[in-house]
Amino acid sequence: MVLISALLVQALQMVAVVLLAPLLTGLTRKIKARLLRRQGPPVFQPYRDILRLLRKDVVLAENASWLFRVAPYLIFAMTWVSAALVPTFATGLMFSWSADLIAIIALLGSARFFLALAGMDVGTSFGGIGSSREVMIATLAEPAMLLIIFTLALVAGSTQLSTIAAFMTSPAVGLRVSLGIALIALTIVAIAENARIPVDNPATHLELTMVHEAMVLEYSGRHLAMIELAVSLKLLLYISLIACIFAPWKLVASGAAPDAYLVAIAAYIVKLAVGGALLALFETATAKMRVFRVPEFLGAALMLGLLATLLLFVSRSL
Amino acid sequence: MTPVLVLLLCVLAFLATAVLAIFIARANQSTSIIYGISLAISAIAFATALTQLFAAASPAIPSALVLPLGLPWLGAHFRIDALAAFFLAVVDLGGVLAGLYGLGYGRHEHAPQRVLPFFPAFLAGMNLVILADDAFTFLLSWEFMSLASWALVMSHHREADNRGAGYLYIVMASFGTLSLLLAFGLLAGPAGSYDFAAIRAAEHTPSTAAVTLILLLLGAGSKAGLVPLHVWLPLAHPAAPSHVSALMSGVMTKVAVYGFIRVIFDLLGAPTWWSSMVVLAFGAGTAVMGILHALMEKDLKRLLAYSTIENIGVIFVSLGLALAFAANGMDLAAALALTAALFHVLNHSFFKGLLFFGAGAVLSATGERNMEKLGGLIHKMPFTSFAFLVGCVAISALPPLNGFASEWLAFQAILQSPELPQWGLKIMVPAVGGMLALSAALAAACFVKVFGVTFLGRPRTPVAVEAQEVDRFSLAAMFVLTAFCLLAGILPGLIIDSLAPVTLSLVGGQMPAQASVPWLSIVPIAESRSSYNGLLVFLFTVFSASFTAYLVHRFASRKLRRAPAWDCGFPLADPATQYTADSFAQPIRRVYGTLAFRARERVDMPAPGDLRPARLVVETHDLTWDRLYLPIVGGVGFLAEKLNHLQFLTIRRYLSLVFLALVVLLLVLALWS
Repeated sequence: MVLISALLVQALQMVAVVLLAPLLTGLTRKIKARLLRRQGPPVFQPYRDILRLLRKDVVLAENASWLFRVAPYLIFAMTWVSAALVPTFATGLMFSWSADLIAIIALLGSARFFLALAGMDVGTSFGGIGSSREVMIATLAEPAMLLIIFTLALVAGSTQLSTIAAFMTSPAVGLRVSLGIALIALTIVAIAENARIPVDNPATHLELTMVHEAMVLEYSGRHLAMIELAVSLKLLLYISLIACIFAPWKLVASGAAPDAYLVAIAAYIVKLAVGGALLALFETATAKMRVFRVPEFLGAALMLGLLATLLLFVSRSL
Repeated sequence: MTPVLVLLLCVLAFLATAVLAIFIARANQSTSIIYGISLAISAIAFATALTQLFAAASPAIPSALVLPLGLPWLGAHFRIDALAAFFLAVVDLGGVLAGLYGLGYGRHEHAPQRVLPFFPAFLAGMNLVILADDAFTFLLSWEFMSLASWALVMSHHREADNRGAGYLYIVMASFGTLSLLLAFGLLAGPAGSYDFAAIRAAEHTPSTAAVTLILLLLGAGSKAGLVPLHVWLPLAHPAAPSHVSALMSGVMTKVAVYGFIRVIFDLLGAPTWWSSMVVLAFGAGTAVMGILHALMEKDLKRLLAYSTIENIGVIFVSLGLALAFAANGMDLAAALALTAALFHVLNHSFFKGLLFFGAGAVLSATGERNMEKLGGLIHKMPFTSFAFLVGCVAISALPPLNGFASEWLAFQAILQSPELPQWGLKIMVPAVGGMLALSAALAAACFVKVFGVTFLGRPRTPVAVEAQEVDRFSLAAMFVLTAFCLLAGILPGLIIDSLAPVTLSLVGGQMPAQASVPWLSIVPIAESRSSYNGLLVFLFTVFSASFTAYLVHRFASRKLRRAPAWDCGFPLADPATQYTADSFAQPIRRVYGTLAFRARERVDMPAPGDLRPARLVVETHDLTWDRLYLPIVGGVGFLAEKLNHLQFLTIRRYLSLVFLALVVLLLVLALWS
């Protein structure tokens, strides 16, 4: 019985993240449009886009290889598995121990690896420019992420997200400067990883800092749908990650009563909406950077991560 | 028969094969015979080493033997303990696969008499280094290994580049052996007890330990490729035939790591905490510089050699952590760090072997090592490209393959560092962790470049268009390694458990047994702290990918049309418009290269009306070469120039010089006492 309910909760999360992800993207787009005084597409537009894309033919470039066709499913699956392992509304999921935070980030790295390769596959200059910039940004974001993980592990004594979330809800955590710094750094990394303004513009590929959209330029039909879904999932993952570490309210532990789950799910949806709204607000308020300014932006995250760690040592010894 | 005797007989058999190869090298079937025999001997040696490693888990009785060879008062000591058994297994597994690959690849060799005798001799040398249990035998075998590999580097000596590489290699190898000689001289003390058991038993003063550490970093580090002693490696490793490159990069560097571990962890006694800082600094610097060099490279084999330098850096970071924990008596953390190092040793021998085999396959199919002349090989060489892709994912430390498993352990060891009492280490280790993450991310960038430029896209030259899949032996060797990369990635617990006797004997601790953890996860400390399950991650990914693909194809659409590439409406027909290795590395060169290589870009734009083409010139400098080696070379040249006068003196002057020298020496002797 316990096993079945644990399995059910895990399955529920797996389904929930996929179902909610396009909604989050739609909501962010809608808020952005309203902030710009445009009407904007309906919130449910991403679902329609994905369904439409799924039903369309794939137009494949003549020299595309098997890798190009396999990559969308692999990218989607890796992102999906990572998103399913982040505590969204419940901690201590059945399989949450199969990957700690380092492994989750690395799994997203695998997805990026295949996406960058897919960008190179057709042999166009657009794909190459996207891939080369994507990996450059990743080389800055990943060390920054590791230092953030290091700070969290130092505070919570663990890299398991469930343990970190449980620790953050406990009174032991207190108010720490390091955590504030880590939050800023994590936000910067999340913005870069999700190819949002000011690092990249998700709305267009015809700009000089084209990164993500340039990579997926050759994709169409169901392949593009998979990639779009993976992009939405990744955004949801990062917002869930920030929420479960820095706003772990109303998370349920395994074996709680069913009504607690309902509250947790409602709280999670609220958190996602707030996260999406804040992202839209931030994106509207900033201008996009030139691509070679991105290292400075991400370098700030790296330095903040290191600073958070060092501050923690100092504050611990005092 | 004791295991050590079996292994010595294997060494003897290797040497006999080498002699045999001299006589039959020009015969028809010589390639198959020599590689076949080498493969068989390596297989026996591998099986012996493996049984010894597993036997060592129960009461560890090292197998030892003394032969009346070498120095008369010393004899030749040989011994296998858990550490030696592990490294012997790595070396001989490499030997098996290189032999298998050589069965096919060796047929393309135009001068087999320059390769065949040295191949078994090289394997014999590496086995002997690990078997040796006294300083004399160790150094003799070390030098034998160096010379055998030097001969293999020089096998295509008609190319001027290879001659230069061979010259640099032999200079650096001699320098390394000299450092090791001095190190062992110091350890043996004035009594000259060169037996490892005697060195282990003796007390070493802190100053001896410090100087030994420096000499070991110079000696073993130069063979392993630690920055700044790495300069020979990216020239020499690619110069050899590809299966030998795989052995040199994947295995011989590990023999150097073995030498370092043997002396620093085993012979030298209790480590000091500051020694770990030196090792950590060298390791982290090596990892980042190695992979940055690799990113700038467009020669496929040279790039792989630079990536070897990165991996050696990763291994040394873990070793440094193990030293730091061991110095503070944190046995469990030290065992974790040492396990990470040894696991990475094994993993690197897998994926670097695989990648060099793949590069060799590309070389034999196209005759080209320059990535910018290749492209689109995934259509022509589907099997090679699949194996190579697996190698690329593995070496980029991406889950669920093996490279990630060992780097994950290294990160877990880094996360233990706040418990260290020394402030220097506390502050240094997170920075080192950041550099490790940086090198992993750069490695992923580098191998996207390698695979993307070489195997994906459109062919850039006619040779790439006409490439053909390689022979079955080469493919078999690559696919065996592909399987190993996957298995070590999804079942890391088995390997961690088999490393327990090694860590127990070296740092006095061992990781918790992983076999008893449910679902085959790995749990370094406690499940609430961290755990990773490669098997589940792999299964979940494969399952959800195929499930999604099935759903989409079943219920949505499975139609597919081929059309010209879209490329934003302007598809350019010329394959030269694709991104090349250089253009792919451009963003990274601009971010990191301005500092690391003093990279400068200059645009030479002709004035209007001038018909000369515009040019973009990129200048990069290898700073270690410019700042460290050129001044030394200049100094040696200057001194030689000055001393040259002494060669043209008259006999009277020579006699007076001799007389003067004698007087000065006598004076010194008189004043000294």
